Amino acid sequence: MPEKTFIVSHWMEGTGPYAEVAVSSRVRLARNIRDIPFPYLASNTQTNKVREMICSGAAEQENKFDDLHFLKMEEAENIDRHVLVEKHLISPLLAKESHNSGVFLRKDEAVSIMVNEEDHLRIQSIFPGLQLEKAWEEVDSFDNLFENKLDYAFHERYGYLTACPTNVGTGLRASVMLHVPALIKTKQFNRILGALSQVGVAVRGLYGEGTDIIGNMVQISNQITLGQSEKEIIRNLFSVTRQVIEQENAARQSLLNENREVIADQSWRALGVLKYAHLLSSQEAIQLLSDIRLGFELGLVPRIERRLLNQMLVLIRPACLQMLAGKDLDARERDQERARQIRESLKGLAS
Amino acid sequence: MCQECREEKANVFFTKIVNGVKTEVHLCEKCAREKGDLEFTFEPKFSLQNFFASFLSEPLSEIWSAPQREQHPSKVQCSNCSLTFTQFSQIGRFGCSSCYSSFGEDKLQPLFRRIHGSINHNGKVPRRLGGTTRIKREIEKLRQQLQQHIQMEEYEKAAITRDKIKSLEKELDELDETDEVDETDEPDEKEG
Repeated sequence: MPEKTFIVSHWMEGTGPYAEVAVSSRVRLARNIRDIPFPYLASNTQTNKVREMICSGAAEQENKFDDLHFLKMEEAENIDRHVLVEKHLISPLLAKESHNSGVFLRKDEAVSIMVNEEDHLRIQSIFPGLQLEKAWEEVDSFDNLFENKLDYAFHERYGYLTACPTNVGTGLRASVMLHVPALIKTKQFNRILGALSQVGVAVRGLYGEGTDIIGNMVQISNQITLGQSEKEIIRNLFSVTRQVIEQENAARQSLLNENREVIADQSWRALGVLKYAHLLSSQEAIQLLSDIRLGFELGLVPRIERRLLNQMLVLIRPACLQMLAGKDLDARERDQERARQIRESLKGLAS
Repeated sequence: MCQECREEKANVFFTKIVNGVKTEVHLCEKCAREKGDLEFTFEPKFSLQNFFASFLSEPLSEIWSAPQREQHPSKVQCSNCSLTFTQFSQIGRFGCSSCYSSFGEDKLQPLFRRIHGSINHNGKVPRRLGGTTRIKREIEKLRQQLQQHIQMEEYEKAAITRDKIKSLEKELDELDETDEVDETDEPDEKEG
C-alpha cells in the first residue's frame, strides 16, 4: 500500500459566512431513471446499464464535467473508498456494497455525484461555512444537465420518485454541520433540540444518522422533501441554522464573560496534549480539537487556521490514518499514528 | 476475543442483519468504537427503518380494516418490478418508479401525509419530461385567479385570465397528442 497525501476538500477551507460555528453546508438530490428497478433490487445487467447511461450522459456534456473524474467502486481500493467516506464525499453504503456503483468527483471535491447508491443518482455538493444556497445552485445545475440526457422518474403529483419514501418529491436533503460547544456546555442544546424537531429539522451527530454527538459537532437537516419547494426547504433550514448560530454565539459570549479562565485553561490544556501526546484515541482527539476550536474562536489561544482544525478532524479517522501511513494499522498503531499526525500538523504553532 | 484486533477481550456483542444474512460480531470496546467510525456512519437504514415502520404500521391496518373490495394488500404487486406492497412495508423501500402507481393512492397518500404532511410536490419539474405538469400547474393557478376576479366583479380581468387559460389548455391538448403522457393519475381535469 503506497503512502498518499491528503487532499483538502473545499468544505474544509473554514471560509464562508458564519464559519465560526458552521463548518460546512451540504445539499444532495436523489434522482432515478424511469422504470429501471432501484439499485438494491436491480439485476447486474440493469445496474450496469444505469451506470453506462449516466456516464455517457455526462460525457456528452461540454466542459461542465471537465473537472470531474469518474471512479468505479469495484476498481477503487478499499482504503480509498473509506477515505472518501471519512471526507463525507460518498456514503458508507456506496463504499460497502457495490451494485456497479461509482462516483464522479470534482477536483476541488465540492461536488460528488454517486451512481447506484440507494438511488440511481445522488448529486451532492458541500461548501464551507453556511452556504446552502451555493450548494443548491451547484446540484441544481448538474441536475439540469443529467435531465437533458436521462428519462427521470417523475410523477405529476409526487414529484421525483425515490427508493425511500422519505426522499420523494424534491429528493432534496440539505444539511449543515455546526460546532456548538457553548450550547452543550451550558446545557441549552436539549432545549434547542426539542424546538428543532418541531420545525421539521432533524439533528444528528458528526458521523450522521444514528451517531452520538461527539466533539460538540451536530448536523441539522430538513426532514420533509414533499410539499415544499427546493427554495423553501433551503430557506427554512437557513433561517433555523442562523438562529442556532445566534444562540451559540450568545452562549459563547456568556461563557467568556463568566468563565473566561476556565475556557482558556481548557483550550490551552487541549493544545498541550495534542502537541505532545504519543497516543490518542479518536474520541479524545475529537474532544480536544473541539476545545481548541472554541478557544481559538474566542481569541484565547494563538491563531490556528480553521482549515487545519477541519483537516485534522478528518485525517484522524482510521482509513485516512492508514492511507497516510501507507499500511494497515491495528487500533494501537492507529492511536500512535493519530498522535503523530496531529503533532506534525501543530508543529509550527506558537505556544 | 475481539474479532478485530485479536488481542483484547471482546465485550461488545451484537448481531448484524444485512439483507437477511445474520452475522454475530464480537469486538473489544476500542475496536467497536473504531469500527463504528468506519461502518456505521451516516447510514440511512438503521434508525430510518424503525422510524419508517411506525409510519407504515398504521396505514396498513387502516387499509386492512377498510371495506376494500376483493383486493387483499399482500396481492398488490408492482407490474414492473414485482415487488409486493407487503414487501415494501417490510423493507421500507420501493422497488422501482412504477411501484408508485402500482401500489395506488389509497395506500401511499396516507403514508406520504404522515411522513411529509403533504401529498403534492411543489418543487422543481423536469423541463423535458415534466412539460405538461408545468402547464397544468399554471392553469390551476390561473383558475384560482379567475375565481377571485369573478368574486371581486373584475370582469375585464377575468376575461383576460380566461383567455390565458384557454390558450394554455390548447397547448396542453397539442402536447398530449404528440407526447404520450405517463399512465399516472390525472387529477380532476374535467371540471369547469
